[in-house]
Amino acid sequence: MDAILLQILNGLDKGSAYALIALGLTLIFGTLGVVNFAHGALFMIGAFCAVTFSKMLSFSHIVVDETKKDFLGNPLKVEVPYIHDLFGVTTGDAIIDWAVPLSILFTIPVMIGIGFIMERGLIKHFYHRPHADQILVTFGLAIVLQEVIKYFYGANPIPTPAPAAFAGSFDFGAMLGFEANNIIYPYWRLVYFAFAAVIIGAVFAFLQFTTFGMVVRAGMADRETVGLLGIDIDKRFTIMFGIAAAVAGLAGVMYAPINSPNYHMGMDFLVLSFVVVVVGGMGSLPGAVLAGFLLGILESFASMAVVLEFIPGINQIIIYLVAIIILLTRPRGLMGRKGVMED
Amino acid sequence: MFGLNKKDGGLLLIVAFLALAAPFILNPFPEGSAMAQFNAGYPDLMQRLVIFGIFAIGFNILFGLTGYLSFGHAAFLGVGSYAAIWMMKLLTMNVIPAIVVSIAIAGLFSLLVGWISLRRSGIYFSILTLAFAQMSYALAYSVLTPITGGETGLQPKYNDPRILDAALEPGQSPRANLFGLDMKASSELEIGNWIFTFNTGYYIAAIVMLLSFYLSIRIFRSPFGMMLRAVKSNQQRMNYTGLNTRPYTLAAFVISGMYAGLAGGLLVAMDTQVGAERMFWTASGEVVLMTILGGAGTLIGPVLGAGFIKYMENIVSKINKSVLEQWFAFMPDGIEDIMITLIYPFVGKGWHLTLGLLFMLVVIFLPGGLVEGGQRIGKAFSRKKASDDTTDATKTPAE
Repeated sequence: MDAILLQILNGLDKGSAYALIALGLTLIFGTLGVVNFAHGALFMIGAFCAVTFSKMLSFSHIVVDETKKDFLGNPLKVEVPYIHDLFGVTTGDAIIDWAVPLSILFTIPVMIGIGFIMERGLIKHFYHRPHADQILVTFGLAIVLQEVIKYFYGANPIPTPAPAAFAGSFDFGAMLGFEANNIIYPYWRLVYFAFAAVIIGAVFAFLQFTTFGMVVRAGMADRETVGLLGIDIDKRFTIMFGIAAAVAGLAGVMYAPINSPNYHMGMDFLVLSFVVVVVGGMGSLPGAVLAGFLLGILESFASMAVVLEFIPGINQIIIYLVAIIILLTRPRGLMGRKGVMED
Repeated sequence: MFGLNKKDGGLLLIVAFLALAAPFILNPFPEGSAMAQFNAGYPDLMQRLVIFGIFAIGFNILFGLTGYLSFGHAAFLGVGSYAAIWMMKLLTMNVIPAIVVSIAIAGLFSLLVGWISLRRSGIYFSILTLAFAQMSYALAYSVLTPITGGETGLQPKYNDPRILDAALEPGQSPRANLFGLDMKASSELEIGNWIFTFNTGYYIAAIVMLLSFYLSIRIFRSPFGMMLRAVKSNQQRMNYTGLNTRPYTLAAFVISGMYAGLAGGLLVAMDTQVGAERMFWTASGEVVLMTILGGAGTLIGPVLGAGFIKYMENIVSKINKSVLEQWFAFMPDGIEDIMITLIYPFVGKGWHLTLGLLFMLVVIFLPGGLVEGGQRIGKAFSRKKASDDTTDATKTPAE
C-alpha cells in the first residue's frame, strides 16, 4: 500500500509538467489549429528565465572589507550583490534564496511577449498551410531556440536550487499513520504539484467564467460564425497563444529546481507531451490534463523494481506503448471530440 | 534507356555523372591552399553523402508521394545497421549478406510499424511513428543491450565466430570487404597540386545509390506511384471510389523502410560500428529536413538535399575563430571584430543553429525546396529571354 502511494506521489510532479505542457499545446491547437513543435522550447525558455533571474539578482560589485585580511595580509575583497545595497543584507539574501518562485513574476511578461512575437511573426502565416508545414516550421524554430539558448548558456545543466525552506522532504507516511520515513517526498515537488493544480484551475476558470473565455470557447467551436458576429477573434487567439506560452514557461520555471535546466530539456519533454496530447484526445483540454497525470503516474509505476524484474525496460517505453494501444483502440484518444483532426 | 523516357534518362545520367565524378567535383581546391578545407573529396564524407542520399530517396517515396510524414525513419536505419553488424559478426565480413539481411530485417520491422501506424493519418501518424522510433531507441539503450551493445555500441571483434570466413591471423583485424575487395582501400591520383582520392567503398555505395535512384524513378513513373500520388491529393475520394488505399500506403512505407535499412547496412559496411544514437528522433528529423530542403515529391530533390546538408555539416562545423580571422584579415580591425562576432555563432559548434534557420527559411519561403528555387530562377531567366519555354528536365517536379 505505501509503495503504491509513493509511486503515485512520484508520478505527480512529472505528470504535472506533462499536463501543463500538454494543456498549452492543446490550447494552441484548439484555438489556432496549429501543431506547435516549438512548445517544448517554450518550456525550456521558461526554465532558463529562472536561471537568468537568479543570475540577475546576484549581480554584484566588489567592496574592500578593511576588517578582514586575506592570506597575503591585504584587505579582503568581498563581492556584494547590489540587492544588499537596495534592501539590506537580510532581505537581500532572502530574495536571492527565493529567486525561483520570484522569477515567476519575471517569466510571465517575458513568455507572453515571446508568445506574441512567435504568433504574429511566424505562426500567423501558417494558418492556411498544411499541418505538415506547421510541424516542420515549428520544428525548425525549436532547433533555433534551443541552439540560441545553448550559445548563451552553454551545454551543461545549470543547477538552480529551490528556496532553503523547501529543501527538505515531507514524511507522508507518518502523517497517514504508516511507518515513519517510509513515504517521504521532497517539499518542492509538492509545491510543484500544487502550483500546477493552481495554474490548470486558473486556465479553466478563465475559459469558463470570463466573457473573454466564453468568446474564445465559441471561437474554438466555430471560428467563422464568431467572426461574422463582429468579434476580432484573431486578436483573442493571439492572446491565447501568449497565455499558452506563459503556461509552458511557468511549468519550466518551477521545474528548474527539480531538474537542472539544460538546453535540450524542451525536446525531451516535447515528444512525451505530444504523446500525452494524443492520448488525451487532440483538442480536449480536460483530456490533456487527465492524460498528463495518468501517464506520469503510470511511468513511475513502471519504474518500480518489482515491475522491472517482471518486464525489464518497461519504464522506458510504457508511455509510447500506452499511446499506441490507445490510438488503436480509441482513435480519438481518451476524451477527444468528433471532427477534430479527423483527416 | 532502361525503360525511362528521355527526360528521366537524362536525369539518371546527370546523377550518375555527379556520383562517379564526385572525387573530382568535390575537390576543387588545390592542397595546401587556404580553401583546401572546403574540399569534401575524402572517402568518409563522400560515402555519407551517397548513403544519406539513399536514405532520403527512400523517405521521399513515402513522404513525397503519399504525404504521410513519418518522424521515425531513423529506427529502420538503426535496425538495418544492427542486422548488418550481426551478419558481420556471425557469418562473414563480406558486405553482401550484411546488406541483404539489413534490407530484409528493416523491411519486416517497417511492415510491423506500418501495419499499426497506417491505421491513422495526419499528425496521429507522425506521432505513432515517432513513438515507435523512440521506443526502439530506448530499448536499444537499455534492455536490448545484449543484442545492441547499449551505450558502447557494436564492432566486429577478433574472436567473433564468422563461420564463413577463414580464421584471422594474429594481429589481423576484421575488415569489411566485397569478395576480398577492401572497403577502406583507396588509390590517390596527383595532378599538379590536386590530390584526388578514389575509394572502393565509395564507389560501391555510389553504384548502390544509382540503382536505388533508378528504382525510385521507376516507382515514381509506375501506376503504383500514380496511386500513391492520388492518396496524397485526396485519400477520401479514393476510398469513395471503392478502392482500399491501405495496401498501397503500406507498400510505400515498407519500401521506404527497406531503403532506410539499405542505408543502415551500407553505413556499417563503410564504417563497421553501430551505436543507438543513430536511431534518436533528431536523426529522423534530419532525413525529413534533407527531403524538404531538396524538394519533397521531386526525383532529384532528396539527393540534392542530403548532399547539401551533409556537406554543409562537415564544412561549416570545421570553420573556427582562427579561420574567420584569416578571412576578414583584410578589413580594418574594428569591422573585422564585428564581422567575426556576427558570424561566429553560426559556424563551428553553431552548425545546428544555421541548420535550423535554413530549415525555417526553406519551409517559409520555398516549400518546394531547392528544386523549386532552381525552377524559379530558371523561369526568371527564360522569361527574360522570351525564347521557347522548354523547362529544364532536372527541375521538373514529379507532380
